[in-house]
Amino acid sequence: MTAGVTVSRQIGTNADRVGLGAMLVAAACLVALGAKWVSGPASSVVLLVLALVLIGVLVLALRGGPEARRLLAPYGLLKPGMLWLALFFLAPVWSLLRISLSTKPSRFSVDYNFTWAFENYSNAFKDFGTQFQHAFVYAAIATVLTVLIGYPLAYVIAFRGGKYKNILLGMVVIPFFTSYLIRTIAWSTILADRGFVVRTFDAVGVVRVLEWLQIMDNGKLLNTPAAVIGGLTYNFLPFMLLPIYVSLEKIDTNLVNAAGDLYSSATRAFRKVVLPLSIPGVFAGTLLTFIPAAGDFVNAQFLGNPNTTMIGNSIQDQFLKQNNYPVASAMSAVLMFSIASLVLLYTKIFGTEDLA
Amino acid sequence: MMRMRSKVAHWALNIFAGLGLLYLFTPIIFIVAFSFNKPKGNFNIAWQEFTLDNWMHPFAEESLTRALRVSLEIAAVSTLISTVLGSLIAIALSRYKFRGSAGINLFLVLPLTTPEIVLGSSLATLFLGQNFIEFGFATIVIAHIMFQVSFVALTVRARIRGFDWTLEQAAQDLGASPMRTFTKVTLPLILPGILAASLLAFALSIDDFIITFFNSGNVVSFPLQIYGAARVRIPPQINVLASMILFLSVAVLLSGTIAGMRKEAAKTSAAKPKHRVLNKSA
Repeated sequence: MTAGVTVSRQIGTNADRVGLGAMLVAAACLVALGAKWVSGPASSVVLLVLALVLIGVLVLALRGGPEARRLLAPYGLLKPGMLWLALFFLAPVWSLLRISLSTKPSRFSVDYNFTWAFENYSNAFKDFGTQFQHAFVYAAIATVLTVLIGYPLAYVIAFRGGKYKNILLGMVVIPFFTSYLIRTIAWSTILADRGFVVRTFDAVGVVRVLEWLQIMDNGKLLNTPAAVIGGLTYNFLPFMLLPIYVSLEKIDTNLVNAAGDLYSSATRAFRKVVLPLSIPGVFAGTLLTFIPAAGDFVNAQFLGNPNTTMIGNSIQDQFLKQNNYPVASAMSAVLMFSIASLVLLYTKIFGTEDLA
Repeated sequence: MMRMRSKVAHWALNIFAGLGLLYLFTPIIFIVAFSFNKPKGNFNIAWQEFTLDNWMHPFAEESLTRALRVSLEIAAVSTLISTVLGSLIAIALSRYKFRGSAGINLFLVLPLTTPEIVLGSSLATLFLGQNFIEFGFATIVIAHIMFQVSFVALTVRARIRGFDWTLEQAAQDLGASPMRTFTKVTLPLILPGILAASLLAFALSIDDFIITFFNSGNVVSFPLQIYGAARVRIPPQINVLASMILFLSVAVLLSGTIAGMRKEAAKTSAAKPKHRVLNKSA
């Protein structure tokens, strides 16, 4: 009798371990089912384990004391969302990796066999190396451009906006309430061969200069690498601007005034006070801009030409048009891993707090 | 001399910022202007003449209207579910200190730091070769909830970071049941944050193209319809509907900002005598 009470009390005080364990086991069960680690009768066993774990925690919460309930509460709140992500975010990543190492028995088959087919990866690099290169180079240039455009704009809004700050910030966000595709298609018409931008450049006579700078090609602006980079820059600018604005907004203006009082020049005050304090925003913005830009295929499709395709175009084409799932998955996996290692490197240095 | 130079620099920066805003608005001006165009042929890309026809018949393009309705349905269902799931996560993270919360925080950021094309293609591999669910409305909703949950959780968490959870204690000390405490005290206080997050989730769902593209089957959402039609035909109704969505969002944003400014003004005018010096930076 007393032993039973002690055991239940012990479970009560360790309820958080039980709650966390139950959540992880349930998530593992869902990943196993979703990613097809198990099949046939084994999957019914996994399903049974899943049900038992969930019922077990429920019983513990109902039978345990208020202390146990308090310790279990956060896991109960987390569970629906976390299990959703386990099944529809983690399990898919696993099945992507699995298919990236599979072969198709024949060209038109929808089935695939898991064979540790690493040649999918070497094929992906061999056939689509240029596209990988385009993706990373274009995204990197676009990211630098978003800093160059976004930082001054965020600075002016944060420090000189006064009471119009919120309205100015709203104006930055408003363009992004129209559909992403419509914006990109609008750019393709604006930059078109006989559009007003090209005609203005023609009239002013800067076409030669722009051609020399490799921004224009043969008097054309659309369907050039510059147009693709321009589209990426435009579409992801708010992801850079908003984090920078947030970090600038937090800066106490008294610090800048103090620097001035101590005879620092405005430039020096900016370099020594404002810039270091806003760096976290720039780094968060860099991730939030570079990641979607590197995986994008819409800009390259509407603003580029067949020689400017990015890895996103190739994944999309191989996956949805050629139904070549193994190679498409291999390319996706490489993109995911290269970006994940980049993110890890960044968060190691700067922490995750500023990403959210 | 020095002052002159810094003045020039001051204005140069302002002008640069102004040009930045102009750059942001260029395609928007173009989209709205061309909603009043009477195009020749299938592509609404060269200015012909001014007309109000398109605005009189915004739903004349049947396939486009149908796609918009599908998108609204998807957004409604996915936003509802993701708001509940995400808000629960946010409450757990800010209300309790618990084992594993650091891991959960990191895990929540992962979907946001994964390129959409990876999310879309990997989810599609999950749905391939199984016979529980077919590509279509349901798979799109599942996909949207997947990326919305993280956004909702992080937004709500940021909004309720300063929430005073001892208020719950106070309510319960005064004899309120946990249910009553939640509906009468907690929920009203965190509701603005949850609403803001759900608006964001709704907007993300309506606009999502890449992830939807991989998981849509035969269902055509608004962005998919535009993508499919862009090579064949760009009717002016696209511009009209886009402008409508734009104006509607601006109205929502404006009403939110004005309400916020009123509240702020009320607060500062009430607190003025005390906080004048302390509140310098605000």
